Amino acid sequence: MNSKITDYIIEKIIFLCGIIAIVFVVLIFGFLLKEGFAFFKEYGIFNFIFGKYWYPSSNPASYGVFSLIIGSLLVTLGAAIIAVPFGIMTALFIAELAPKGIRDILKSIVELMAAIPSVVLGFVGMVTLVPLVRSILDIPTGLTAFSGSIVLGFMAMPTIVSISEDAIRSVPWQYKEGAYALGATKWQTIRRVVLKAAMPGIIAAVMLGIGRVIGETMAVLMVTGNAAAIPSSIFDPVRTLTATIAAEMGETVRGGLHYRALFGIGLVLFTITFIINFIADLFLNKKR
Amino acid sequence: MHRTKFYIVFLAIFCVLFSCSTQQGKNINAGMQIKGSDTIVNLVQVWAEKFSQINDGTNVGVTGGGTGTGFAALLNNTCDIAMASRQVEENEINLAKKQNVSYKEFIVGLDGLAVLVNKDNPINDISIDQLRDIFMAKITNWKEIGGEDRPIVLLSRESNSGTHMFFKETVIRLNDINSKDEFSPKALLMPSSQAIVDEIYQNPNAIGYAGIGFMNGQTKALSVSAQNSIEYFYPTIENVMYGRYPISRPLYLYTNGEPKGIVKDFIDYALSEEGQKVVVETAFVPIKK
Repeated sequence: MNSKITDYIIEKIIFLCGIIAIVFVVLIFGFLLKEGFAFFKEYGIFNFIFGKYWYPSSNPASYGVFSLIIGSLLVTLGAAIIAVPFGIMTALFIAELAPKGIRDILKSIVELMAAIPSVVLGFVGMVTLVPLVRSILDIPTGLTAFSGSIVLGFMAMPTIVSISEDAIRSVPWQYKEGAYALGATKWQTIRRVVLKAAMPGIIAAVMLGIGRVIGETMAVLMVTGNAAAIPSSIFDPVRTLTATIAAEMGETVRGGLHYRALFGIGLVLFTITFIINFIADLFLNKKR
Repeated sequence: MHRTKFYIVFLAIFCVLFSCSTQQGKNINAGMQIKGSDTIVNLVQVWAEKFSQINDGTNVGVTGGGTGTGFAALLNNTCDIAMASRQVEENEINLAKKQNVSYKEFIVGLDGLAVLVNKDNPINDISIDQLRDIFMAKITNWKEIGGEDRPIVLLSRESNSGTHMFFKETVIRLNDINSKDEFSPKALLMPSSQAIVDEIYQNPNAIGYAGIGFMNGQTKALSVSAQNSIEYFYPTIENVMYGRYPISRPLYLYTNGEPKGIVKDFIDYALSEEGQKVVVETAFVPIKK
């Protein structure tokens, strides 16, 4: 009798915790929609998405986020180009090639990398990477989308490495044995069998890594230069969606147009990360 | 097994580092909060420390964030005094009225905005018209004003900064309230004045602006001439105090309504002779008595 009651109570507590998480997500989304749409109504969604100029504190203000969207996408693309090959190769090394002692140390280091706060990475990037980028590439300033991509690539790596490593490791050993039995070399086995079998998991890892990059704020605020102009190459300064919200949230007065414009940006970001997570989820399910 | 050991070692290192660096903060009296302009945050910080000594440890919290942030905080009732490097604007006053907040203004000092370039830049003098053309990206290479053949990199503050607004009004718009001119969108918006100084220090292409408190050996300040004048003035304390240097401005503290209690004491202290001495010590310009 007694144990039945305990069972009942614990079951309800778990249920409540689960429900609360969902309720909060729905509430946050609802709030974002409410403020965002109030802004779209007043300013026009077309002017917002395709407007070229972001001058929020002028009179009259212009809230065009086109250059910010391009900035975010450019930095993210650059980070992906850097982090994806490195991440997958590191994962392969850890899962397939490294001797046991090295593997354990490497794995711990990768996990520690994930624990470095983004401000710290941003600061290190600002004082070391930015001057280096400027002098090596001989460009006007080191505060560019490229510097942002490097810092963010560094941040996406741990996610990509640990999830792809899990995926590679969960490839059944019979596949590999089979390939070896047929006379395949180690590289042939890895390329044709292991990578192929682990592909859905690796793609999910890449998507989650990119999701982290596009939402990252502090590091990009410090190294990308924050110029709200459409960049002509990756070696130009850019301003990202997240950096704009972070830099300007403090000055806005609750309920003002600028305040709502920032929620509009939040909605754009939410849509982008939602799409990315959705793709990741598709691939993760395919894996099962 | 290896990994657990690895973590333990790391944890141990962390603990040692941590115990070296932590200090107990003291919290004696419930005090007040001051927020706003990054420009004068150093000055107000010193006032706060001295004020706290005189008034048996009254706790005064000082945080920056930008002038706009300070006004918003005063409106949202999360601070007692707002620091500002520009005057409160019409639409901000109107917004405040809706929430039954009335700003009370105190001028507590003066500041000049120094135009900073890298030490290796041969340029020494600049007219305010040239400066305007540079920050609107009409001039994009240093050789157009007699410097080396290098592209110009513009450094500005974030738009919530009073420094940004003041530079826009005085240099870009030349104090014409009907002007709609803006900074070039190519200008890099830096999160703090220190970030501007740091970037100029290592980048020979850069030009930026910051309060004269940020002038140090790391960068070079330019002498500036006013409109229709050929006399260039270096941003010194005297030139700012007597209004010769064209890019100078008052610094403000704002309270919600008439200040009372310790808030009043603090403002009285800032305006006192002793308070104004601190203004000089922190490289700002005292108000003329």
